[in-house]
Amino acid sequence: MTDVSATLEAPAIRPGPTGHLRRRRRISLMTPLTYLVALLIVGITVVPLLFVIVDGFRSNAQINTSATGLPHPWVWSNYRSLLTSSAFWQPLANSAVIAVIATGLVVGLGSMAAFALSRYSFRGREGIYLLFAVGLLFPINAASLPLYLLLQKIGLLDNLLGVALPEAAFQLPITIVILRPFMRAISGEIEDAAVVDGATRIKFFWRILLPLCRPALATVSVLAFVISWNTYLLPLLVFTSTQHFTLPLAVANFQTQYAQDTAKILAFTALSMVPALGCFVLAERHLVGGFSGAVKG
Amino acid sequence: MSDTRSVTATAEDAVAVTPPIRPARRSPALRRRLELTVLLTPPLLLFIGFVLLPIGIAAYYGLYKWTGFGPLTNFAGLANYKIALTDPAFQQAILHNVIIAVLSLVIQIPISIAVALLLNRGIRGRSVLRLLVFAPYVLSQAITGVMWLLILQPGGFADQLMQAVGLGSFVQLWLANLNIVLYTMFVVLTWQFIGFGIILLVAGLQGIPVELGEAAALDGASGWQTTRRITLPLLGPTIRILIFLSIVGSLQVFDVVWIMTGGGPAGASSTMATYLIQSGFRSYEFGYGSAVAVIMFIVCFVFALVYQRFVLRRDTRGALTRAVG
Repeated sequence: MTDVSATLEAPAIRPGPTGHLRRRRRISLMTPLTYLVALLIVGITVVPLLFVIVDGFRSNAQINTSATGLPHPWVWSNYRSLLTSSAFWQPLANSAVIAVIATGLVVGLGSMAAFALSRYSFRGREGIYLLFAVGLLFPINAASLPLYLLLQKIGLLDNLLGVALPEAAFQLPITIVILRPFMRAISGEIEDAAVVDGATRIKFFWRILLPLCRPALATVSVLAFVISWNTYLLPLLVFTSTQHFTLPLAVANFQTQYAQDTAKILAFTALSMVPALGCFVLAERHLVGGFSGAVKG
Repeated sequence: MSDTRSVTATAEDAVAVTPPIRPARRSPALRRRLELTVLLTPPLLLFIGFVLLPIGIAAYYGLYKWTGFGPLTNFAGLANYKIALTDPAFQQAILHNVIIAVLSLVIQIPISIAVALLLNRGIRGRSVLRLLVFAPYVLSQAITGVMWLLILQPGGFADQLMQAVGLGSFVQLWLANLNIVLYTMFVVLTWQFIGFGIILLVAGLQGIPVELGEAAALDGASGWQTTRRITLPLLGPTIRILIFLSIVGSLQVFDVVWIMTGGGPAGASSTMATYLIQSGFRSYEFGYGSAVAVIMFIVCFVFALVYQRFVLRRDTRGALTRAVG
């Protein structure tokens, strides 16, 4: 059991850019092959995404005759009608509200727990830490059905909190596992100095420790936000009224409801990728660091 | 920690001599306890309430035949578990999870390693490449599912593209052919997740000192020998973590499959999670579904513990840190 925490305990972030001391390689025979592979990867990754975006600019008739190549003429109505209706904006807002609540909760509570578990010594500390660490092994998908039953009992079905609270709870383990070693590594002398200056423990936590942990906090925040943003199964079970649907749910629902209108589904899918991809481009470094600690799926 | 407290005491003594010593001594301990309570209670409540409690609920309900309404009266013991484990549909679903896991190991991970080794050879536009490779991973699996569903429609984009490049004769009913649909799912999952493995491995490669390779080259080792004898063993911890994450992920596959096929046709692409939702949630067999959820938990949990115990244990602490740039 301790192994679980041991391997996963290490902070998944290291400040500073990666590979800044990269070696310079002589041009070899491998170089063309390298570029070929790189090109292939780019193609495989990008072509499906481009298809979705570009074909959102076609009419259904155009898609049926030719889905490849550039649209002729470009049809703007799919995107326009989505961007001017609540079909897109309402789920976007729901996703945002849920992700903000879940992220706020998990980062707030996670840093409190990590603080207590890193800078206090008390009996049962490692036990509590292990309890959280074991939570890493529980996938939210497997818990979805029992969670549904629980939410039914406490009346949180069809409620944004019914999704945000469990999401925050399931993100707590990874948040604590990332934050604790980071907080622990901050020198005790800084704390002593703060105490001599008359600061309480809590004040030290709030005014000094948290600001020092900013890189780690950024990572866990981005991580929690993206995972919440992308969760599908839990909202699928919890929400019955479409007005609460999150973006992934709305896209999937739209797809079944307007199965004939491929062009519009494509436009909807493309639009719903924008926030995630945009967020990713802005926060790439935090994500790459943080995700390695999280379990995929 | 105790040092800190003594510092507090002396500092206070020095500043304020007048207040009696006793309350000043007692209150820090009390205060500490209060602080700990305030700091730990909310996270513990959230965690226990929404992570541990549901598992307990599932374990409890799993013992009953229950359709979600009224009190639990129909105690069934382990009958639900027995039904699940002997249900051919569930066995098939587990098999599919295992197939996806095995394919990830024999196809995804070797490709990731090969690509990571190539990308590590210093290449122009690397940061852009890194960004692109990782991009699918941040998309919602549900949205990926819808995207591929549209791409793979009969006569859709994929088919048209294949015809355009002369591969028209290979066109299949990607989502309707019983023999193919599971592998279609695997391709989609690979599209979404392989970038993650590549990034992890590239980061791991950057943690390997260049001098080692140079020394080997001086000693006359060929490029392949250096890779096999030095780079790959040093990449071991990263690869082992990646294997772990791949298998755990494979055991939980749901979103993509649910959206693209619902586990069909005729259960040909079902997984444990789609079975859980289909047989437990959709048909209001909550007692039965709870038992299936518990089985899924146990499978993931046991795998994780065994893997931690026998494989990851030999990696030193910080294997992950080195893997991540």
